[in-house]
Amino acid sequence: MVDVADRRPAPQQRADIAPAKRALPRWVITTISLCVFLLLWEIFGRRINPIFGSYPTAIFSASIELVRNGKLGAALIQSLQPFLLGYCLAIVVGVPLGLVLGRFRAVEAALGMFVTGGYAMPLVALVPLLILWFGLGFTVKAAVIFLMAIFPIVINTWLGVKSVPKALIDVGKSLVASDAVILRRIVLPATLPYIMAGIRLAVGRAVVGMVVAEFFTEISGLGGIIINAGNNFDTATMFVPIIVLMAIAVGLNHLIGWLERVIAPWQAEIAGRDQN
Amino acid sequence: MGEVSLIDISKNFTLRVDGDVQNVQALDRLSFTVRDGEVVALIGPSGCGKTTALRIAMGLEAASSGRVTVDGTQIDGCGYDRGIVFQHAELLPWLTALKNVEFGLEMKGVRGATLRDTAVKYLTLVGLSDSLNRRPYQLSGGMQQRVGIARALAIDPKVLLMDEPFGALDAQTRETLQGELLQIHARTNKTILFVTHDLDEAVLLADRVVVMQNGRLHEIVDVPLPRPRGDLAMVRGSEAFAKTRYHIWQALHGGATVH
Repeated sequence: MVDVADRRPAPQQRADIAPAKRALPRWVITTISLCVFLLLWEIFGRRINPIFGSYPTAIFSASIELVRNGKLGAALIQSLQPFLLGYCLAIVVGVPLGLVLGRFRAVEAALGMFVTGGYAMPLVALVPLLILWFGLGFTVKAAVIFLMAIFPIVINTWLGVKSVPKALIDVGKSLVASDAVILRRIVLPATLPYIMAGIRLAVGRAVVGMVVAEFFTEISGLGGIIINAGNNFDTATMFVPIIVLMAIAVGLNHLIGWLERVIAPWQAEIAGRDQN
Repeated sequence: MGEVSLIDISKNFTLRVDGDVQNVQALDRLSFTVRDGEVVALIGPSGCGKTTALRIAMGLEAASSGRVTVDGTQIDGCGYDRGIVFQHAELLPWLTALKNVEFGLEMKGVRGATLRDTAVKYLTLVGLSDSLNRRPYQLSGGMQQRVGIARALAIDPKVLLMDEPFGALDAQTRETLQGELLQIHARTNKTILFVTHDLDEAVLLADRVVVMQNGRLHEIVDVPLPRPRGDLAMVRGSEAFAKTRYHIWQALHGGATVH
């Protein structure tokens, strides 16, 4: 069967084909913004006592040193293991929990408050308790990351389910679909954009959770480098893992955005969002 | 067979307006029957309960009292003996036209080669054999509604229920689809009950028009136009059309009926 969509564009697509004004590509704007930021930081950073602040070139040479002696690579691997476990577990548990919370009144009434409360939980205060439960090593770090990441995922999924148009549920009902089928084949795909937003928000929280865990349990990984360098008043070295962490968060965000366009291409089309 | 009856249907619900609880009676002992193979239009001013009546007939809403029967059997919720077409098509945006039609068939338990063949057959019936793999956002409003009609027809219901199916379309598309619906009816001889607020559409398509006022049955008007109604422009120009239209207009505006 030939897909005519390729040959005959629908009205919405025609707008894209019409010659648009030549705008600067997004990556150019992003690059300029980054360069200006680094330049200003370099200029003003150099005027400050190196204990109180640092600047890009100093941080860069510190990072070369950390890469050469292998500390950065080792710390990265040490940090990423509990990060990936905690974060993935948060997705695997959080998405179904959010779906059920949004779909079933009884579950929402029974568990809703724990989730909204849990989101505001001062997790740092609970770390000593978590250490008693899980020890000082890998497990407690994964647990802290999991607890930080799961709430935005659950809450976003939950709100997403709440905003699924009732009319789409009616489509399922009119075709005598069971609750489980409606949840899996109508509610889940309709909620996907919200789920992806939750997963994106969770990246930032998981990174914070990771560093908190490395500070307050057994000192290790990227958080460990931060704390050791800070204690030695080596500010430039301290900045290296901080920047690496931020870069990881930005990278993951882009990866998730790309994933969203692959598995939910209709959403970008409906919203008329920029494809970049 | 495909005869659907609404028997003594009432529907009450409560509205909370600024702390006041108001009782609203959307439907008041509404009864009428759509005979096998017949096309019946349900018309009335906005808020008269016509969509509620259709949703109750589908089983999407429960009546406060009364019952709905299909071929004499009382309905219990939705069923494959009835298919519904919504006002805004309500296609699943992540599925192609073909998959949207297949979705309904899958729910009914159709599997294998029959699944695709049946879906293609009904999309061809509504003139979309060239657009099977488009997603809803790549289809015009009229094409989306065609997919909606194909989805409802594909499960082979006895009765087709339509909730202002052409109300959201532009005038030209509406006329085209009205003509197509008549052709589909001529070919399949399905029983059709449709809600509309468009007087012309009611007279043009229906054998009988049920006029509602404030949740009650006001009058049932026979449309003395012969079938098949091939050339709709000619039908519109006929005297019988004008007379029936005027009759219903009077009924809608609460005036004395003209004979």
